[in-house]
Amino acid sequence: MTIDGAIDCDIHPGVPNIKALLPYMDEFWQESFVARGIDGFDMMSYPLGAPITCRPDWRVKGERPGSSLPNMRRDALDAFGIGLAICNPLTGGQVAVSETMGAAICSAVNDWIVEHWLNQEPRLRASIVVPAQAPLLAVEEIERRAGDHRFVQILMPAACEMMLGRSYYWPIYEVAAKYHLPIGLHAGSMYRYAPTSGGWPSHYLHDYVANSQLFEDQLLSLISNGVFNRYPDLRFVLIESGVTWLPGFIWRAIKTWRGVRAEVPWVKRSPAETIRENIRLTVQPIDAPRDTDVVERIIEQIDSDRMLLFASDYPHWQFEGDAVLPSGLSPDLLRRIRVDNPLETYPRLKETVQ
Amino acid sequence: MNAPVDVMERRPEADTRLGIIDCDIHPSLKPGALNQYLSERWRKHLAEYGKLNCGIYADRGTYPRFSPATSRRDAWPPGGGLPGSDVAFLREQLLDAYNIAYGVLEPLIGVNTSRNLDEAAALCSAANDWQAHDFVDLEPRLRASILVPQDDPEASVKEIERRAGDWRFAQIQLGSKTSEPLGRRRYWPIFACAEANGLSIGLHVGGTQNSAPSASGWPQFYIEDHHMLVHSMQNQVASLILEGVFEAFPKLKVCMIEGGFAWVPSLGWRLDAHWAKMRDEVPQVKRPPSEYMRTNLWYATQPVEEPENPDDLRQVFEWIGWDRMVYSSDYPHWDFDDPHLAFRFQMTEDEKRMLFRDNALSVYTFR
Repeated sequence: MTIDGAIDCDIHPGVPNIKALLPYMDEFWQESFVARGIDGFDMMSYPLGAPITCRPDWRVKGERPGSSLPNMRRDALDAFGIGLAICNPLTGGQVAVSETMGAAICSAVNDWIVEHWLNQEPRLRASIVVPAQAPLLAVEEIERRAGDHRFVQILMPAACEMMLGRSYYWPIYEVAAKYHLPIGLHAGSMYRYAPTSGGWPSHYLHDYVANSQLFEDQLLSLISNGVFNRYPDLRFVLIESGVTWLPGFIWRAIKTWRGVRAEVPWVKRSPAETIRENIRLTVQPIDAPRDTDVVERIIEQIDSDRMLLFASDYPHWQFEGDAVLPSGLSPDLLRRIRVDNPLETYPRLKETVQ
Repeated sequence: MNAPVDVMERRPEADTRLGIIDCDIHPSLKPGALNQYLSERWRKHLAEYGKLNCGIYADRGTYPRFSPATSRRDAWPPGGGLPGSDVAFLREQLLDAYNIAYGVLEPLIGVNTSRNLDEAAALCSAANDWQAHDFVDLEPRLRASILVPQDDPEASVKEIERRAGDWRFAQIQLGSKTSEPLGRRRYWPIFACAEANGLSIGLHVGGTQNSAPSASGWPQFYIEDHHMLVHSMQNQVASLILEGVFEAFPKLKVCMIEGGFAWVPSLGWRLDAHWAKMRDEVPQVKRPPSEYMRTNLWYATQPVEEPENPDDLRQVFEWIGWDRMVYSSDYPHWDFDDPHLAFRFQMTEDEKRMLFRDNALSVYTFR
């Protein structure tokens, strides 16, 4: 198969309720969920009815956003000329306080995505949903899926139980490096801590906006804790981060590193170099006013044509009509964002073109 | 009342030369300096229990700094004491050396972060007396910040009212890390009082530690925590705007201090983009959020970000608006910004005047 069209690095099939996942669980969990009457694992990070969670013209009354494959084909895959798309299921299993319950849900979601999406639509690939609240269980889940090369990435929420550079998470990075799987960090939180360092905001809009600060926090953590010293080829993909915060962040990171780098002597390179080499970002949303040259300026400031990855973020509402790509980009850069950068980021996608 | 004063109308002796206005100078305590301003009850309490902050150590911050007293090695006064504790040396090393016409004191001495609100109120009041007597009275180019126990709005308002008519105080200081996001209604009495008295809010990085520095918990290193303070600034800007503070108090001025500024444009774009979709959640926000960032907020420059291409910084100034930018040195801290060296791009004389002086006159009332 050759790739004809763009590679969408963030598309969201709507994860169903627990009842639909029960066939993929063992007896203990089937019995537990039913006997205890437990359901309702939709994440606070994406309330089902919130405007961000589904673009109005893609919303089907009575249906979960993104739950219909025919609609996904019509509204995204066909509409945007997508050759391959990476499914990033968002499930409460990723944020559950119970390690084992979280693992059971995540594993069921991975089975479900194979049967109902990957087996039904050859353009689809998926991220492995893991219980990051239990890194050792996450490793088991990754090992279980790694043989299916339609799984091209490991997906984690952007806010977990600790900063992501901490050695607690290194077993996940170890297995990711072994299989050349990037780690996708998706906007959203386990809500173990307040969404901001000033506490709990009053509005969902504020929580959502604060995601970009969270991504910045995690970059600092990953770099300062030496994750890229230990795993120099490991890539992190920041999914739904907003993008335009990046240059200002890099400049401040450079300044701080110059001032106090002796605290972390293993960080020998400028954070800017590490970020350009190891970090990728999906381009929806790209927080900039439309019909200005802001995006062009920001891309000049980022000073790398390798970092940005095409994404529709379907069915999340980030743009109107067919404006899935930022305007004002050169044909060369468009080609990189739509095809070349995703292929370089996700080695398993290349198997598809060979 | 601190009614805004036009530059041209100020007393001539207050303006004998065109100097720089520095919005961020950190005074330090000499040993026991607050005692004379505290009652016996609080001296005893502090000697026994100390300050009950939300931290892990009794007498220091959670993240060990990278230089003694977080300061420049050359800022230790020859006569002894901490950097920033000796007015004569501060005068020589900063005010005279850089032709500073006015400098705003930003004490970071942990007086407004106690969980014990009565303790916080007593300490803030003492620290305000201390700034006025031990600094401004000795050097009238300096101005004090009104420190308030912000989690007790009633006590905060009393303290502001007590200082508002005193020319030695230029602003109300709040921290960028608070028990709740600053836009929430518990803090509104402070904003009402600030607006009524024509006093700006100086929002300085730092503050309490009720919440972890990140939504993902606690960083391991100072190099992380120090940078993450910037994110606490972004959070407070979002909170003040989205809660409708600037609709309720349209004349309120807030100056963001020691958070840098390269984050300002993208935060505005981000707020605008997502507000456009979800504005029905925040009907109190009447205009695109970035507009409030251009009418009610100012940004003190230190620590100036360091782009690989220095002209990128000029672009950021243009995106934010030159009229929003005020200079700050952060003296005597290690990441001090020298006004002659910190900005590595060309400025016109007009731009220099705005940045180093005139914009600050829109924020502060110097009498």
